[in-house]
Amino acid sequence: MSATQTTTYREAVKQAIREAMHRDSRVFLMGEDVGHYGGCYAVSKGLLAEFGPERIRDTPLCESGFVGAGIGAALGGMRPIVEVMTVNFSLLALDQIVNTAASLLHMSGGQFNVPLVIRMATGAGKQLAAQHAHSFEGWYAHIPGLRVLAPATLEDARGMLWTALEDPDPVLIFENNTLYNMEGMLAEDAGPVDIDTARVRRPGRDLTLITYSASLFKCLDAAKILAEEGIEAEVIDLRTLRPLDDATYLASIARTHRVLIVDEGWRSGSLSAEISARIMEQAFYDLDLPVERLCSAEVPMPYAKHMEEAALPQVDKIVATVRRMMHHG
Amino acid sequence: MNGLNKEQALRHLRQMLLIRRFEEKSAELYSAMKIRGFLHLYIGEEAVAVGVMAALTPEDAVVATYREHGQALARGMSAASIMAEMYGKVEGCCRGRGGSMHLFDATTRFYGGNAIVGGGLPLAVGLALADHMQGRQRVTSCFFGDGAVAEGDFHESMNLAALWKLPVLFICENNLYAMGTALRYTEANQDIAAKAAGYGMAAAAVDGMDVQAVEAAARAAVAHIQAGNGPYLLECRTYRFRPHSMFDTELYRTKEEVEQWKQRDPIELLAGRLREAGLFTEAERVALEREVAAEVEASVAFAEAGTWEAVEDLTRFVTTERRA
Repeated sequence: MSATQTTTYREAVKQAIREAMHRDSRVFLMGEDVGHYGGCYAVSKGLLAEFGPERIRDTPLCESGFVGAGIGAALGGMRPIVEVMTVNFSLLALDQIVNTAASLLHMSGGQFNVPLVIRMATGAGKQLAAQHAHSFEGWYAHIPGLRVLAPATLEDARGMLWTALEDPDPVLIFENNTLYNMEGMLAEDAGPVDIDTARVRRPGRDLTLITYSASLFKCLDAAKILAEEGIEAEVIDLRTLRPLDDATYLASIARTHRVLIVDEGWRSGSLSAEISARIMEQAFYDLDLPVERLCSAEVPMPYAKHMEEAALPQVDKIVATVRRMMHHG
Repeated sequence: MNGLNKEQALRHLRQMLLIRRFEEKSAELYSAMKIRGFLHLYIGEEAVAVGVMAALTPEDAVVATYREHGQALARGMSAASIMAEMYGKVEGCCRGRGGSMHLFDATTRFYGGNAIVGGGLPLAVGLALADHMQGRQRVTSCFFGDGAVAEGDFHESMNLAALWKLPVLFICENNLYAMGTALRYTEANQDIAAKAAGYGMAAAAVDGMDVQAVEAAARAAVAHIQAGNGPYLLECRTYRFRPHSMFDTELYRTKEEVEQWKQRDPIELLAGRLREAGLFTEAERVALEREVAAEVEASVAFAEAGTWEAVEDLTRFVTTERRA
């Protein structure tokens, strides 16, 4: 058993970046305020002094320009990590991400792959209102050619980046902004993890909770409360949103026969809708009752604390929904 | 023009003629429904691609637009691989996945074939950034139209390239119309070269119908970049003789205007200059036309003889195929 240390999600991401920079001279970090400011969420604080301004590269405020430059640099043999300050800003680079990064390999008949990693903060919970706090990862998971990751745990925050940098194609990493301060124990020798599979984070026989990112911890809290009532919920962390690892959640449903999907995205046309459809297609006869979903209210994220909380999936709602589902028999 | 180098001029003439005849044949094949999708012809603008390419080395990179047959041919991609691509055949440069608007070629460092107006500019900045960071002495050339100048990507890329002093040669092919809307309806300041000053970038405007002038200007721009002075904006003032695409009824310009520009046809301009210098005979012109026609015909034969990619391969090239 290797030694562990107390760390934060923020520190785990920073260590992952630092390690990648040491490991491969082609790796560099580029984005708004990543250098002199230290990163909007302080993820890259200290890295400018360690690696210098060429490799910890502050950019002007031009998401399309610097994401596109990241694509070009990847084509030119570099391994860029592009940081987009927050998911809503990534819409300014949507053209580059979808029309170029995701399409280039195909348009060129297999000639030009784009080994680019884009990191961005996502999610609500910090009263950042309607232009800083949405969950668009489900949108990106719609796009062929992209790999979409949502690290929730310290191990994944630490380990997904290197594996993503080794991927020959574009990878998007979504870091929920409410997780940066999360503290926990992490192995001192923690290293790369796979970016293909989902994980069972808590085993249970009665019902499957499928979730990802910050909602994982809400589901784990809910499972704890439910366990006191004798309901054993199995909690699945998707980890990779594209391509989805169907096998892990389908195997769980074959055991529990009940499923609730908890997704911070809006319900209509969402990732939860996609997973629900896949369950219908592949596990219909395993189900004792219809698939249910808990998503964000279909409203631009409000500022007021009580309204923001009401808009998001919460532990009490998860518990109440599971209780109701269990009483269906 | 003084110092007319016959060999070089004939090479330019041959390339321009190849682009012209290749595209005339493409238009014909479009009408015959052999080529589908959108087809944007470069006819009239040949001097720009040919002049600029003459100033580049094989190590340099090219980023172009959806009107890129000319750049692709001038860069040295084979007419056959381009024609097969437009036929949608697997022998095409992109296996028929791209078509006319998306020509790519790794061996000549030809990075498309970008059909989002302005979308290629950040890509060029990134390619140059990679060269800069890896200490390689290469230039990335980036072609775009006057329409792209209105896009945010133009301004973002000009700023990034100048800020980081990257080796990018921006080439604006100003043909006066963004599709069918004249520059005067879209740009507050129609002097495109002047916009470089806002970024502290060197720039020049050149007669885009004169291949020798374009080449000279491109060589000067490349020398400026290679001397470590950062990027350069070269505005080539040119004109598209044909409609924007095959679905354009040309309501936005007069026949007189088109005819006037045709008086400055880049091919006839150079051919005339050579004739006047006594370096180009009628027999040579006939021979050149025959040679080019044979190459175009061969490209059509190659495309006709090509095969269709197996439908089972439909979802290939979405992600990189890993070796087992």
